[in-house]
Amino acid sequence: MSSATSSPLDFANSPINQSLTPERKIELFTQMVRIRRFEQAALKYYQAGRMTGFLHLYIGQESVAVGTISLGGEHDHFITAYRDHGHALAVGMGMNECMAEMYGKQTGCSKGKGGSMHFFAPDKNFWGGHGIVGGQTPLGLGLAYGVKYLNREGCCLCYLGDGAVNQGAFHESLNIAALFDIPIIYVIENNGYSMGTSQKRSSAYRGCLAQRAEAYDMEWDVIDGSDIYEVRAKTHIAMERARKEHKPCILEIDTYRYYGHSVADANHKKYRTPEEIESYKQNHDPINVFRRKLVNEGVLTEQQADAISKAAAEEAAASVKFAEESPAPTIADISTDVYWETDNNTEASKIGRHFFND
Amino acid sequence: MSRIITYREALREGLDEELARDPNVVLMGEEVAQYNGAYKVTEGLWKKWGDKRVVDTPISEAGFIGMGIGASMLGVRPVMELMFWSFHSVAFDQLVNNAACVRYMSGGLCNAPIVVRGPANGGTGVGATHSHIPEGLFAAFPGLKVVSPATPADVKGLIKSSIRDNDPVYFMENTLLYGMTGEVPDPADGDFVIPLGVADLKREGSDISLIAHGRSVIHCLAAAETLQKEHGISCDVLDLRSIRPLDQDAILKSVMKTNRVVLVDESKPFGGVSAMVCTLIQDHAFDYLDAPIKRVCTIDAPAIYSPHVENEQLPNPKRIIEKVLSIAKSK
Repeated sequence: MSSATSSPLDFANSPINQSLTPERKIELFTQMVRIRRFEQAALKYYQAGRMTGFLHLYIGQESVAVGTISLGGEHDHFITAYRDHGHALAVGMGMNECMAEMYGKQTGCSKGKGGSMHFFAPDKNFWGGHGIVGGQTPLGLGLAYGVKYLNREGCCLCYLGDGAVNQGAFHESLNIAALFDIPIIYVIENNGYSMGTSQKRSSAYRGCLAQRAEAYDMEWDVIDGSDIYEVRAKTHIAMERARKEHKPCILEIDTYRYYGHSVADANHKKYRTPEEIESYKQNHDPINVFRRKLVNEGVLTEQQADAISKAAAEEAAASVKFAEESPAPTIADISTDVYWETDNNTEASKIGRHFFND
Repeated sequence: MSRIITYREALREGLDEELARDPNVVLMGEEVAQYNGAYKVTEGLWKKWGDKRVVDTPISEAGFIGMGIGASMLGVRPVMELMFWSFHSVAFDQLVNNAACVRYMSGGLCNAPIVVRGPANGGTGVGATHSHIPEGLFAAFPGLKVVSPATPADVKGLIKSSIRDNDPVYFMENTLLYGMTGEVPDPADGDFVIPLGVADLKREGSDISLIAHGRSVIHCLAAAETLQKEHGISCDVLDLRSIRPLDQDAILKSVMKTNRVVLVDESKPFGGVSAMVCTLIQDHAFDYLDAPIKRVCTIDAPAIYSPHVENEQLPNPKRIIEKVLSIAKSK
């Protein structure tokens, strides 16, 4: 049984990180910066009233999506909850389709039918974007079941928040995962708060949340999310075990969100102190930490880093323009994408009444 | 050549043929494999197809149904048994938010070709929690399809088309029909598939339409026989078979012929399948009606346990006859 690593290992030296070329390192840094700039733009226009619904920001957690998804191969799949913008961009979705989705436009990744919480890109092995806390955890189990059933060497990374660990569906999934040897890795992105309730006030546990895996005879580990090298090194071990031995695992990645549960979370400055937020920004921000490492390694200069940040901000601004100028769905669009058979105009779809409007 | 076999055997034959046709079809559920099925529907299939194709799950409906939905998005074709459809309530988030909505929320990028099947009926003395009849409930969610077969031939033909359908199909059987026998075409005569969305006129008549699904069809046929013999009333008995998609044309054709209609529905009166059919009739055949549309539903209370009155709570031939006589043309 593995456990939390307490020794100050330098994960930059792990084989999976040693294999990174300087170009690839800069790419990972760029992805993290792009996520942040994208969300900052989203926040600005959300607050300006240009989009509706919820906006669950990932700012502060970027190393988790970028680090874990960077390890994905052809048969590795990803699924997450409603805080999904980071994962979407990390799998390679474009800012335009994501921003347009939040604007509810026809050009959005889900044609404006899903919104911020429901980004999907099956062609990139990304299966959403799910709104109900913990509801995606059996789906992730199923994706991994499918990988194994179809005799592919791969796994599924299913992300959930620390608030989702108390949902029944998650525990049912853990039991089945271990019982059936399903190649799934549950990644608890632990930002310390299940909405406004701290971990101490919402969960009963010994040691840490991931340690609950022991009850299911399952491997687990804890990761410092501020270091993308550590995220990659430990996740790689879990993914290889899942791919080769079909063994499930829980990874708990300690991270932090700067903003509230959603932008509508009016109390987020009340349940956390300004000092707590400031300390995190100074010492644990995954982008700042990685930037310092890359500069020290001689991979990146400060000027290059600034240029990357500027380019990301420009890309985000362009995505806002794209979203603003895109057409809205039509009333006719409301009735498509309900049934596969009717969308594909099959013989089956022509038999019997499928919709009951008049 | 047809053979006389039971509803259970016909259903099993359909499952077996689909397991043979498509290697991605996998049966899952509580006790479906080594125990041979709580109601013996899957008897012998685990022995024939093995661990990969017929899978015993723990008692975790949200877990294994959600798992099936996730696997279906990748191309697996799970056919999942709920030991009772009544247990839908513990898997509701998966059945509704995930199966019904994932295609829509992804703008058509995903689909969930699953079948969830099992018995959905009252009348077996198991009380309220095990006697839910949710076909109307699930038919109310766009994205889902709902089927409720009444005969051995229909259950075989419809399970096969449900498994081949690329949308989620919720297939509602009846424990009191599993032992019922009927003619089913011989597999040697070809692939026997009944498309979803086609109602079946089980008895032809001229005075009144009885429109039903599931076991209520059997009650309607018994009632129609008595009404003909004792009252000279000739009944059309239309079996909906598929709730969504729904054969509106067949409903209207029957009503326009007889001008009177009694809807028989084992679910409760508020909302539900018969309420929807009632709306369609008044909307599209109002001028053809010579009497108000009447319904025979399960009496509006949770399912009673007592065997002394349980059958009186459900639709039965006696209640159907009384309702028909209340609106029949005087002879």
